Amino acid sequence: MSMNRQGRPTTGRETRAAGPATFTGHRALDHEEPLIFETGDAARSGVDIEDPAPFDDALGGLARTAPIGLGGLTEPEAVRHYTRLSRKNFGIDSGLFPLGSCTMKHNPRLNEKLARLPGLADIHPLQPESTVQGALALMDDLARWLLVLTGMPAVALSPKAGAHGELCGLMTIRAALEARGDARRVVLAPESAHGTNPASAALCGYEVRAIPAGADGRVDLAALAAALGPEVAALMITNPNTCGLFERDMLKMAEMVHAAGAFFYCDGANFNAIVGRVRPGDLGIDAMHINLHKTFSTPHGGGGPGAGPVVFSEALAPFAPLPQVVRDEDGSYRLREHPDPDARGVGRMAAFHGQMGMFVRALAYMMSHGQDGLRQVAEDSVLAANYVMASLGNVLSAPFPGPCMHECLFDDRFLKDSGVSTLDFAKALIDEGFHPMTVYFPLVVHGAMLIEPTETESKASLDEFIAAMRALAAAARAGEVERFTGAPYHAPRRRLDETRAARHPVLRWTPPGACDAAE
Amino acid sequence: MRYLPLSDADRRAMLERIGVADIDALFRDVPEAARLKEPLPLPAHQSELAVDRAFRDYARRNLPAFEHPFFLGCGAYRHHVPASVDHLIQRGEFLTAYTPYQPEIAQGTLQYLFEFQTQVASLMGLEVANASLYDGSTACAEAVLMACRVTRGRRRVVLAGGLHAHYATVAETMTRFGAGEVVRLPVAADDPSGDLARVIAAIDDDTACVVVQSPDLFGHLHDLGPVAEAAHAKGALLVAVVTEAVSLGAVRAPGEMGADIAVAEGQSIGNSLSFGGPYLGLFATRERFVRQMPGRLVGETVDSDGRRGYVLTLSTREQHIRREKATSNICTNSGLCALAFSIHLTLLGEAGLRRLARLNHARAVALRDALAAVPGVEVLTRRFFNEIAVRLPRPATGIVEALAGRGILAGVPAARLYPHQPALADVLILAATETVSEADIETLATALAEEIAR
Repeated sequence: MSMNRQGRPTTGRETRAAGPATFTGHRALDHEEPLIFETGDAARSGVDIEDPAPFDDALGGLARTAPIGLGGLTEPEAVRHYTRLSRKNFGIDSGLFPLGSCTMKHNPRLNEKLARLPGLADIHPLQPESTVQGALALMDDLARWLLVLTGMPAVALSPKAGAHGELCGLMTIRAALEARGDARRVVLAPESAHGTNPASAALCGYEVRAIPAGADGRVDLAALAAALGPEVAALMITNPNTCGLFERDMLKMAEMVHAAGAFFYCDGANFNAIVGRVRPGDLGIDAMHINLHKTFSTPHGGGGPGAGPVVFSEALAPFAPLPQVVRDEDGSYRLREHPDPDARGVGRMAAFHGQMGMFVRALAYMMSHGQDGLRQVAEDSVLAANYVMASLGNVLSAPFPGPCMHECLFDDRFLKDSGVSTLDFAKALIDEGFHPMTVYFPLVVHGAMLIEPTETESKASLDEFIAAMRALAAAARAGEVERFTGAPYHAPRRRLDETRAARHPVLRWTPPGACDAAE
Repeated sequence: MRYLPLSDADRRAMLERIGVADIDALFRDVPEAARLKEPLPLPAHQSELAVDRAFRDYARRNLPAFEHPFFLGCGAYRHHVPASVDHLIQRGEFLTAYTPYQPEIAQGTLQYLFEFQTQVASLMGLEVANASLYDGSTACAEAVLMACRVTRGRRRVVLAGGLHAHYATVAETMTRFGAGEVVRLPVAADDPSGDLARVIAAIDDDTACVVVQSPDLFGHLHDLGPVAEAAHAKGALLVAVVTEAVSLGAVRAPGEMGADIAVAEGQSIGNSLSFGGPYLGLFATRERFVRQMPGRLVGETVDSDGRRGYVLTLSTREQHIRREKATSNICTNSGLCALAFSIHLTLLGEAGLRRLARLNHARAVALRDALAAVPGVEVLTRRFFNEIAVRLPRPATGIVEALAGRGILAGVPAARLYPHQPALADVLILAATETVSEADIETLATALAEEIAR
């Protein structure tokens, strides 16, 4: 994740990057693309559909007669529209994408192919179980991989993304506490936590209290000890944490949390750093969600879909949500979709059984790597981050000493008095052909830059990035302020006016002449 | 390993730059007791060919929809998706992009989401829509939570009997530890007007919202107007739920009938069945509630050269800014599914969507007629779009199993969703989309007649 809270959207500079204006407004491969509603019309269509024989409708007077307001395009027009739009996007396929805490690794295309096999893509979630034995076996195998990799005894596959997994984990904790008649009301989370952590806790009815970080970027044990008490339901930790550091005192923390009668939740967003080398189950945790779209390479897709299975300890397993895949003694699979009469679980997190399309991709990824390859993934990702940290250490400023795990954190001290902000620096990186790192997160350091190169970058790619970062740091020190404050110069758009967007929201297209629908 | 570019020589050079002897030195912060000494009991890496084979094996053990007469619905529908949709969403610039936090290099994602929001708002007959939620069921739960916020402290949430069972359960789960108090009204497959009357009767001064699905789980279409009026008279909101988005091309829009929030499962348009996910939640509401909406919103603005562009906006509602005070905890949503939806809808256009919806309705009318002629079958749905419920002379589950054995996927037994309601044991819910042929309907009717006579 990344934030623009300290954003500086406009600079007032009017100059275009290069060359004279064109007649069309296009710039070679970079086309100015209108909205579909401006080029399409209501009569046009790119799908041929047969006309049924005349019949008496059964809509009972509820037919939609007023115009809907949709434009249509034929197939050639639509293909060009979306192809042109795609060229305005930066993806992992375009270049190095070191977005800290997001694990923007290569997305293997085999996985895309397999998710589209008709036997996996063209099956309905409510088909008789006898007709989907392969799908249920696949889910069961994915579950087994996740349990072995995490060293945990139970898993719920159904949560749809990381935040949904957090909610699932916390609800399960709350259900377990309530089952023992324990009405605890507080969840502790470090200041450096992802924003979803406190948001999920609040949705679960908990008050969130922040635990300050120690001078070494890790949870301050004394502060934790002071905060723990009979009203604390859970401690939510991210490990490796959002400063890119392994929480050395995990075992001690687990002991303290359990001694206080609370549960230990781990945000597994950064599992990539330790997969195959460390099992979270050996660190004393009770629940952890796993972002299949991070560690296990399912595509981020411009913001989803994701998948956030949650693994549980023995203490929480009975309270996990449904559905669950069950393997019977005869080797056949079935789904447990309905609670038993005396069930104490949290119920159902979403319709149907989870993100099957993501399960296919993630399991293909695991099987391709195997236990040996996954361990190599963790090692190479940690190696790459430490290599970047070591190569930039003498020009940027790192708030905490290494070794880091799979991401390295810098602050903005190296930009002091340069007139260049972290945001400016990130935007200049766009001009250099890279996606910026995560900026202004975590909140515990000033002007944070969180860099996660991932294991799928070659050394040459890392070296180019390092060289660009060093050159930019030198330029900032040399007072080339405009290179930063006006950046990006070479992107499809210059800096966008976010203040205007928020003050006068225009959230949909409206036909010319109509009043703005949005306030 | 084909996905890992670093060579052993690279690794040695990098360790040297870092100044450590080996990789273990970089993991020194891991407590000794938690370091794995042995390889995990899992297989080693495999070639693309080997993995491909393994997955074909999984696939072979399923009965896919395309090979068989197929009549399942209940919240997931099989439609023909034009080939160009799947081709376009696999462009790497869409597929491998992140959430558009750096708008200068994410205008592709941002513009299609702006177009998507416009399409969804238009379909729903409402003013604003967000950039998608996980699926219809979680969108429904988010609508319930939003209604509780909008009505400031009201707690009662009334769910109509015809609301999809999973949606009702998810709403219960999501309100269990927080905002609301869910009232689930009794389920009846054959009493749509009674359903609405019970909803209206259940509204009181503490009611935040009523949630009504149309077409409902049993296929019944509802005129939401009277419910909206009754809800508004008591200061409550109407949340309309649609699980079959194609119906919006034929049936009056929720907003037109007075819904304050409309949510839908968008899978029907652009997305495959995929055994239940990933799907996409559509969420639309009235302009005055926009600051209480969950999820991401894309807005139009200009760049510093004055050119039109798009950004994520009103982020102060969201978790990454507001943390525990956010309107929802959602972060990752269903971006790529929203793209597939938007491309398919663009290809259809208004005329195409209406034709598609009409064809679906025609098939369902033909299905109703064919089943009504089967001795022992009672059709329960009179006013419908592409889905109907029938009562069979004995439990539907066994008949559906038997038909599956004959290669016919005959629909969803209501007992799959309501196992403990004897009154629903004989009820079968069937959908007919444009993918169902006249011959499929005939095959089903004949086989069903045989099974019933057996």
